Amino acid sequence: MKEQSTLPRRSAIARILAKRGDTLVVTGLGSPTYDCAAAGDHPLNFYLWGAMGSAVTVGLGLALAQPKRRVLVITGDGEMLMGLGALATVAVKRPNNLAIVVIDNERYGETGMQRTHTSAGVDLAGVALTCGFRQTATVRQPDELDDAVPLLYTAEGPVVLVLKVSSARDPLVLPPWDGALLKSRFRQAVVGTPIAGA
Amino acid sequence: MTRPNPEHSRSDDAGNGAVVASDVRNWPNLIFQKLREFGIRHVTYVPDSGHARLIELCQAAADMEPTVLTTEEEGIGILAGAWLGGERGVLLMQSSGVGNCINTLSLAKVCGFPLLMIVTMRGEWGEANPWQVPMGQTAASSLRLAGVIVYEVTDADAAAPTVEAAARIAFNGGQMVAVLLSQRMLGAKLFQEGR
Repeated sequence: MKEQSTLPRRSAIARILAKRGDTLVVTGLGSPTYDCAAAGDHPLNFYLWGAMGSAVTVGLGLALAQPKRRVLVITGDGEMLMGLGALATVAVKRPNNLAIVVIDNERYGETGMQRTHTSAGVDLAGVALTCGFRQTATVRQPDELDDAVPLLYTAEGPVVLVLKVSSARDPLVLPPWDGALLKSRFRQAVVGTPIAGA
Repeated sequence: MTRPNPEHSRSDDAGNGAVVASDVRNWPNLIFQKLREFGIRHVTYVPDSGHARLIELCQAAADMEPTVLTTEEEGIGILAGAWLGGERGVLLMQSSGVGNCINTLSLAKVCGFPLLMIVTMRGEWGEANPWQVPMGQTAASSLRLAGVIVYEVTDADAAAPTVEAAARIAFNGGQMVAVLLSQRMLGAKLFQEGR
């Protein structure tokens, strides 16, 4: 019998991002992007609105290019399942500054709340651990979250934290979706130089 | 094992082990030099025999960061992330990997990320394995449909200059560019032991 998850996704992400400091954040398409936008738009947020399965790989490239910065990927179970091989690629590269949050509602929220494989028992933290991630954890209840947040910001990575959240829907909060804008403002905030000739 | 095309086969050294510049099998070294000139750090790839030498050179370079992928589209994400962090990279793959990349190319397209790809062709010229032919015959068209600038190289001497042109247009203009290295210069895999 599975333990019922009572964790509300939006407040959980707000609690996590409240501690972000200058962390670089990459979000997976759909509700994780809205959850992060609801916590406040930020130049160091790179929102994916498509390219499903790419959140972790964008985070990996960023973590390798900026080894002194913390990189946090916030994505969903459906997006993570589409790019499952990326967990193996990350585990092999072992970037110690990369953490991944998977908001797992066991549903494809954008397409009608159809069940994902995690609803049938596929354990994304287990997959990451088996691939070779240094730290993995799964949180199901609000009072467990505070203990898990330090994993994301201070533990030696790579880290996967799975948030088993309730399947309740939250209001849409839409950040910018102009990809060129998102790219340029993020890069300028990180690198601080003009794009041309960079 | 990729064999050189017999029409192009020549001695690969000058008698003293030094690779001579005019040798057709020197193209991986010349591409590698171009990657260095353009400040490429991230080398993402799914292994391919046609790219074997270039991959070895990149692995041996202390200032390069090679990343093996489970599937080619991972490289598009990694290179986007690297660019966000201020660094450049290249994606190496075989033509069969082009099909894996199509939807993920939307990331580079929509955001204007530079994307330099070097594709070794299969199923394109003298291919023995029929399973390679569908993607080999549609790789260039598929890339163009997805908005990628495609340069097709059939002559080994043109490989490095073409990579240079591709890198310039990719990194200066935020474009997706693929350099396709033909089996005419790589040779076709013949599936014969000891040959």
